[in-house]
Amino acid sequence: MSEIPGDLKFMKSHEWARLEDDGLVRVGISDHAQNQLGDLVYVELPDIGSRVGPDNGCAVVESVKAASDVYSPVNGEVVAVNDALDDSPESINEDAFGEGWIFVVRPDDKAELDELLDPEAYAQLIEDEDH
Amino acid sequence: MTAKTVLNEAHRAQGARMVDFGGWDMPINYGSQIEEHHAVRQDAGMFDVSHMTVVDLHGERVRDFLRRLLANSVDKLTEHGKALYTCMLNERGGVIDDLIVYYLGEHFFRIVVNAATREKDLAWVERQAQAFEVEVRVRDDFAMIAVQGPHAREKMIGLLAEVDRERIEAMGKFHAAAAQALHGVPLFVARTGYTGEDGFEVMVPEEHAVELWQALLDAGVRPAGLGARDTLRLEAGMNLYGQDMDEDVSPWEASLGWTVAMDEGRDFIGRGALEAQKEQGVKRRMIGLVLDEKGVLRHGQTVLTEAGEGEILSGSFSPTLGKAIAFARVPSGELGDVRVAIRNRELPVRVVKYPFVRDGKPREGI
Repeated sequence: MSEIPGDLKFMKSHEWARLEDDGLVRVGISDHAQNQLGDLVYVELPDIGSRVGPDNGCAVVESVKAASDVYSPVNGEVVAVNDALDDSPESINEDAFGEGWIFVVRPDDKAELDELLDPEAYAQLIEDEDH
Repeated sequence: MTAKTVLNEAHRAQGARMVDFGGWDMPINYGSQIEEHHAVRQDAGMFDVSHMTVVDLHGERVRDFLRRLLANSVDKLTEHGKALYTCMLNERGGVIDDLIVYYLGEHFFRIVVNAATREKDLAWVERQAQAFEVEVRVRDDFAMIAVQGPHAREKMIGLLAEVDRERIEAMGKFHAAAAQALHGVPLFVARTGYTGEDGFEVMVPEEHAVELWQALLDAGVRPAGLGARDTLRLEAGMNLYGQDMDEDVSPWEASLGWTVAMDEGRDFIGRGALEAQKEQGVKRRMIGLVLDEKGVLRHGQTVLTEAGEGEILSGSFSPTLGKAIAFARVPSGELGDVRVAIRNRELPVRVVKYPFVRDGKPREGI
């Protein structure tokens, strides 16, 4: 298991969110989630400009084993997607917290990030899941 | 309660992700199931298949018993060690299980049945065996390792006692024989498998299984989990019990007609129902599908055809083809353009003849 970077926030459904200097929020799935899914073979990305949020799945990651919806940790508008995943979905397996990012959201309200799990709380969550 | 094979510790030591499979705690992968898949297609991989049930059948009338029990004809088995793939049917012609039967003597046959169906299979076999006074002996003392891939045989043969090597090397496909490992461990070596590649399925006394597994590892055979096993057998066009057929599906509806022997005068269980079905016209059939667009075909998705709706049975991403493939059961008749419903979209798929992959390569036209 790779280290969980300290600047991330997490959803219980294993998405991570990183608030960047320009006020945008980058989103991906955790290393734990990619490990559970196994080899990823296909990523369905959201449309740029679409409205996303924690209540509706906006992307899909498919592994050999299963398909899983991805939610945006915060409400907002998609401003960028990781097109490189079209050709190399395995980036998520290799570097879930870096190269394997999925999309970027312009948040309606940055304060929504405060409601997410911090790295310690998320580490506890996946530890409990494993037992 | 989850059962563990004798290799459980060895899997964990290699970093396997374990899952429950039919009540057994088994490795799904050891990291990357796609890499394991390629290792089997290109070199040599091994699977712990100790969860499968080995049953020895002894008795003077064991051949008569199997002529009744199995839809394929054991009369094809006359050569010592020869194997046969067959279905075991209920009276309605539905598949109770698929299995391999080995001929080991006129009064001794061995069958290998699936893990998930163990209890019902044993109950059925024991019930039918009574009238023939056949002894049903479960061989839980065996572990089993499937060594598969273009280089699997040479790697396994290197671990055999020298005196046995030439004989096992010369053994034909779908044959089995006793042999000894280097230190005199007695093995039962069958040239069978569930990947579409050449190789062996090796039965080994449980207490020597870890040592054989380690010797194979040292010989460069890569451990592979149930994930790779599933994509390999699907590419190879092999059915999975419970997903592609079950007790409500006949061999006609599961592309297993080739395993049914309608030999003159043999009254096997389910024969009457199969004949009636054939006479009335079989209403469903199993086909192979390829999805050229992005997405993954999966069990339970709806298949739309001009003849009506069907459904995906086994479906997965094919690592050899780099796209999704599947078996589907659809109504008989002209299918026209076929589409599959995936998350609110209808994607066009191609109907193809399988196996999808042969000799490690995509088949022509697939």
